[in-house]
Amino acid sequence: MAIISVRDLVVEYEGRRILDGLNLDIEQGETMILLGGSGSGKSTLLRQIIGLERPKSGCVHVKGVDITQCSAAELKTVRRSIGVAFQSAALFNSLSIADNVALTLREHTRLAPSIIELMVWMKLAVVGLADFGKLFPQELSGGMKKRAAVARALALSPEILVLDEPSAGLDPIVSAELDELIVLLKEAFQMTIVVVTHELPSAFRIADRIAMLYKGTFSSVGTKEEIRASTNPRVRQFLDRIPDEMAKTPAVAAYFEKYLQSPEAN
Amino acid sequence: MQGASELRRFGALHYVIDLVAVGFTRELGPLLTAIAVSGRSGSAFAAEIGTMKVTEELDSLRVMALEPVEFILAPKYLAALISVPCLSIASNVCGIFAGGLFMFFSTHLAPLQYLHYVLASIQLRDVITGLIKSVAFATIIAHVGCLEGFRVRGGPDSVGRSTTNAVVKSTFLVIVADAVFTAIFYLTVKN
Repeated sequence: MAIISVRDLVVEYEGRRILDGLNLDIEQGETMILLGGSGSGKSTLLRQIIGLERPKSGCVHVKGVDITQCSAAELKTVRRSIGVAFQSAALFNSLSIADNVALTLREHTRLAPSIIELMVWMKLAVVGLADFGKLFPQELSGGMKKRAAVARALALSPEILVLDEPSAGLDPIVSAELDELIVLLKEAFQMTIVVVTHELPSAFRIADRIAMLYKGTFSSVGTKEEIRASTNPRVRQFLDRIPDEMAKTPAVAAYFEKYLQSPEAN
Repeated sequence: MQGASELRRFGALHYVIDLVAVGFTRELGPLLTAIAVSGRSGSAFAAEIGTMKVTEELDSLRVMALEPVEFILAPKYLAALISVPCLSIASNVCGIFAGGLFMFFSTHLAPLQYLHYVLASIQLRDVITGLIKSVAFATIIAHVGCLEGFRVRGGPDSVGRSTTNAVVKSTFLVIVADAVFTAIFYLTVKN
């Protein structure tokens, strides 16, 4: 049985349809990449999967619980098994990195402070930040912030790890380090990992399966080999980095023609 | 001082002591404190929470199964409930002290005698009324500030708007609440 199951999911913002009847199953222990261009709806889908927003229709089951219909208490229980690292890292600036990681342990467990301290050190060590626990988020580089966010997401040893654009804004080396960290986490902890990205090298490095989003629908879902071999025009356009034809449409061409003949242009 | 210049015309300068003591404990101390706190802390609450919203920190609390209202609003509200009455008392003391200085320089009234008159004119009821007001003002400031923070949508410009809204709304509501309390107090004393 899938650990995350999305059925006929429709999301609208102010009457504008963002996700249009999505269906997706994510199996336990697999790494699913939600791939797509800007505005394709991948972050919106992610927010539905972690229960931050309610859809117009359809449902999202996480560990068998429909998080679009469940009570607040049930949603909290489900959320304890999900670790999330946001695109902006979203670390609490008023807390040190160690306190950021310790927060959920202090709030959701009755562990002794010394045990929590040890666990925090272990989580930071996993992401290579064991010596940086006393620093505050504003004292870290972009890559370190992302890794700290992953450490915080791992605090309660969740079954599901959700990462929103982990490589965005990072240089290729730091980005590759994060990819290796994700692969390591999957191998070491057998986690189900959902990653939203538009970085192709990262996606093909860490994915078991890839779901390609285009304008709120899946244009293709499959293993990375299937996606690489796909003949779907949208998938090919994305993989081959082909720009849209917008600049060549007659309306745009006519506009530029008119502008060039106007006195302003001369 | 403005009251004193009017009272002097009727040879009733000594009533300044009553005016200062009762006026500050019952009205001006809590009100001026609340307006200052509204500008200082109400805006800070809105800006801090608004920024947390923009930077996804509130979302991150939710996905950590922590309730932002409990985690963010509750400590601020408790802090305001403690600090605003304390600051109101400090404001009362400062106001009465300033009144003492004025009386000393204008009428050469001895400080101890001034203090004696002040203690004679203040009733416990006045102090309690002022403290009840300041608790209500703290509730208004904390809730309006936090609510405006939680209502932030979009980017940093929205944080600026919410901060302004927090100050304007909480100051206005504090003045309205003060008028309501004063009316209630006035009617209670009359009856």
